[in-house]
Amino acid sequence: MVVGIIGYGAHVPRRRIRVEEIAKVWGADAPSYKRGLKLHQKSVPALDEDTVTLAVEAARNAFERSGGVHPAEVGAVYVGSESHPYAVKPSGTIVAEALGIVPEVHIADLEFACKAGSEGMYLAQSLVKAGEVRYAMGIGADTSQGAPGDALEYSAAAGAAAFLFGADPDRLIAEVMATYSWTTDTPDFWRREHMHYPRHGSRFTGEPAYFRHIMSSAQGIMEKAGLEPRDFAYAVFHQPNGKFPLRVGKRLGFTMEQLEPGWLSPWLGNTYSGASPIGLTATLDVAKPGDLILMTSFGSGAGSDSFIFKVTDRIEAVRDRAPRTRPQIDENVIQIDYGTYAKLRRKIRLGE
Amino acid sequence: MRDVAIIGVGMTAWGELWEKSLRTIWTEAALAALDDAGVDHVDYITIGCMSPGLFVGQEHLASLLADELGMAGVPAARVETACASGGLALRMGLAEVASGLSDIVLVTGVEKMNDVDTAETTYALGTAADQEWEAFHGVTFPGLYAMMARLHMAKYGTTSEQLAAVSVKNHANALLNPDAQYHLKLTVEDVLGSTMVADPLHIFDCSPITDGAAAVVIASMDVAREITGDRPIVRITGSGLATDTITLANREDLTSLPAVRKAAERAYAMAGRVPGDIHVAEVHDCFTIAEIMTTEALGFFEPGQGGPAAEKGLTGHGGKIPVNTSGGLKAKGHPVGATGVAQVVEVATQLRGEAGQRQVEGARIGLTQTMGGSGGSAVVHILEVES
Amino acid sequence: MRSPGRSWREHPQRYRLEAAKCTGCGRILYPPRVVCPDCGGREFETVTLPRKGTIVTYTVIDVPPTGFQGQAPLVLALVELENGVRTMVQVADVPDMDRLAVGMPVKLEFRRISEDGEAGLIFYGHKAVPA
Repeated sequence: MVVGIIGYGAHVPRRRIRVEEIAKVWGADAPSYKRGLKLHQKSVPALDEDTVTLAVEAARNAFERSGGVHPAEVGAVYVGSESHPYAVKPSGTIVAEALGIVPEVHIADLEFACKAGSEGMYLAQSLVKAGEVRYAMGIGADTSQGAPGDALEYSAAAGAAAFLFGADPDRLIAEVMATYSWTTDTPDFWRREHMHYPRHGSRFTGEPAYFRHIMSSAQGIMEKAGLEPRDFAYAVFHQPNGKFPLRVGKRLGFTMEQLEPGWLSPWLGNTYSGASPIGLTATLDVAKPGDLILMTSFGSGAGSDSFIFKVTDRIEAVRDRAPRTRPQIDENVIQIDYGTYAKLRRKIRLGE
Repeated sequence: MRDVAIIGVGMTAWGELWEKSLRTIWTEAALAALDDAGVDHVDYITIGCMSPGLFVGQEHLASLLADELGMAGVPAARVETACASGGLALRMGLAEVASGLSDIVLVTGVEKMNDVDTAETTYALGTAADQEWEAFHGVTFPGLYAMMARLHMAKYGTTSEQLAAVSVKNHANALLNPDAQYHLKLTVEDVLGSTMVADPLHIFDCSPITDGAAAVVIASMDVAREITGDRPIVRITGSGLATDTITLANREDLTSLPAVRKAAERAYAMAGRVPGDIHVAEVHDCFTIAEIMTTEALGFFEPGQGGPAAEKGLTGHGGKIPVNTSGGLKAKGHPVGATGVAQVVEVATQLRGEAGQRQVEGARIGLTQTMGGSGGSAVVHILEVES
Repeated sequence: MRSPGRSWREHPQRYRLEAAKCTGCGRILYPPRVVCPDCGGREFETVTLPRKGTIVTYTVIDVPPTGFQGQAPLVLALVELENGVRTMVQVADVPDMDRLAVGMPVKLEFRRISEDGEAGLIFYGHKAVPA
């Protein structure tokens, strides 16, 4: 049985804050962030947007591209996020209720820092492959927060991507050719219970965490599949900033042309669980039939999930049935100042 | 049905009455009406009050207030149709007397709105809108009327200046009413320059938050003739009550007020009168656009002509039909449950020829109109003085 | 605290925009009712509302009610959806208030509407955004 993506969609909030606007408040050097981390701006959720609302809109876009899959036929929904609106009470039930997928469905919220989205994709495609369910949905969505003044504040952003997996030959958009995961206990980034903001290991987040896991995972899947970087039309890597995915891509032997369509963080920021999945939706938006796409996520703590997709002829027919990813990032944006950002991210303590 | 007369009216000064509780202001108004009528007993008490539960945390109001008046034992009931509750209280009292169930009824209205903060007041008033499908989304009453105003402006060319003219006129009228909340001369520029509350309505397009009560004593004509002596007897000749959709989403035409039109048609038919017969009217100007739409729904002006009429002074003193000589909800104040009764106090006072400086000369037939929410309920009464 | 039941029972309408279509006269009721106000019919089939429409009328509320203060100015609109059903919703993500207009095309997006304080339930539903 050939399993693959039969519907994909992204959703990105309209608000943006520029690196200069944040740097101004904290007396930081904006040019060094822009040059050093290749970050220009990031998305900001409004007060009425959260992981659930972004996930619902992304999933609706995935259904639009699915060629009429009825929500009630979806047997599993996984929402990966590190910013679920409730500490206890699933996001997935709200998402599934809104999509009309309930009640005969298996639902779970996932958390694994920035790879919770790819975990959901992995589980969804596995269940379909196992014949347990006809269709399954994996969603990566986040409205992540960095501590005020911390380096993460320049990148922590909001967005979602949703993928509907199935095995109907006439619905396949991108066949899953291989999967691979590479995981260790590497504490590079964490947030304890009841804490508002995460902590990170600063430079430790680089080589021992991000680069080691992505390199190992990407090399592992290519070896498993007997493929080399030049065999791929595109590659998407987790993008905590603009610099890391380009560097890891180059080290692995990929070219800028292969990375460019999914390289969004300079203008979007790091959407955490949504980061590599949104990179994939943007890449699917431009991919041609027959193209191979490598996607490797990274979640602190730490692990990397890799997927190899082969794009089918159907991509041409479905990609414009819902909004493409890149226009959502570039068009109709609302630039906000730091004061508005602080209000929207609930950083201002209100009178009780 | 028996003929019914108004034999006493009573009202106390309205405003932010920090030193007085709901029961105090109500009792003062009730006593004023009883004293004016010269009676010391009644057969029934009606109380129009929108939300004592939310404003002062008190339900079971009728018994509490009857007792407060020293009338424990007398039948009493609170009635509620949001901001039209006072008008409904008169309608219910009228039915009591006309049917013969009671001979003398104390009709009252009261609202104590300043015992909660502005947010709570706004919430309480908002419960007159559809909670699940309007208020859920954050809409406020200024917002609902603003949406109607925008369409009225688009359809008929009604202007912000015309809306402001209503406010200017009612504030000018209130200068002559010692019981009014505001004594303040306004210009059109003042209104247009005031803070925007819900575009296109400014703060001076909106009625205020008010504590107040009003009362009238009504009786059968037989009783009235016995006890009123030489004073003119004001009869209630027409009464109309109507409902409409609460949600604007279900209303076909947002530029008219079907409930007001229907209530008016019923009142006119009962009284055998037409709009042109009316000499003075108190209408529900919770917002300036509401007075414009109401004067159209009552038939004083053609649809779309309410704005120009206000601007030309046709609703002012000496105009075609003086409207809200008391200052209206806008300037006299709007303690929601009391408003409908206070309108009757004003019109009865006009018809008796006792309105002093604000007297409309020769007024013999008057009309009161109040409505709940964004027009989801409406009550109209026609009062006539026996010549 | 309000019982969760109060909002829970409205989930099909608020989350999925489910409406009731009268099998007698075809009138679509949102929210659904027990009896059709047009024909008195009492049998309905469930239909889903379209998410595209236009603004019938709107206002910009500068003084929002409790629970919405942080969102001022609050744009409220009566929106007529493609199938003629009208619904009162907020208009979110308006970049410039001058762009608001009667007849403006909008689409409905899933959003948080309000919450029962920091520790209480979050109430979700739909808002219009410029199309």
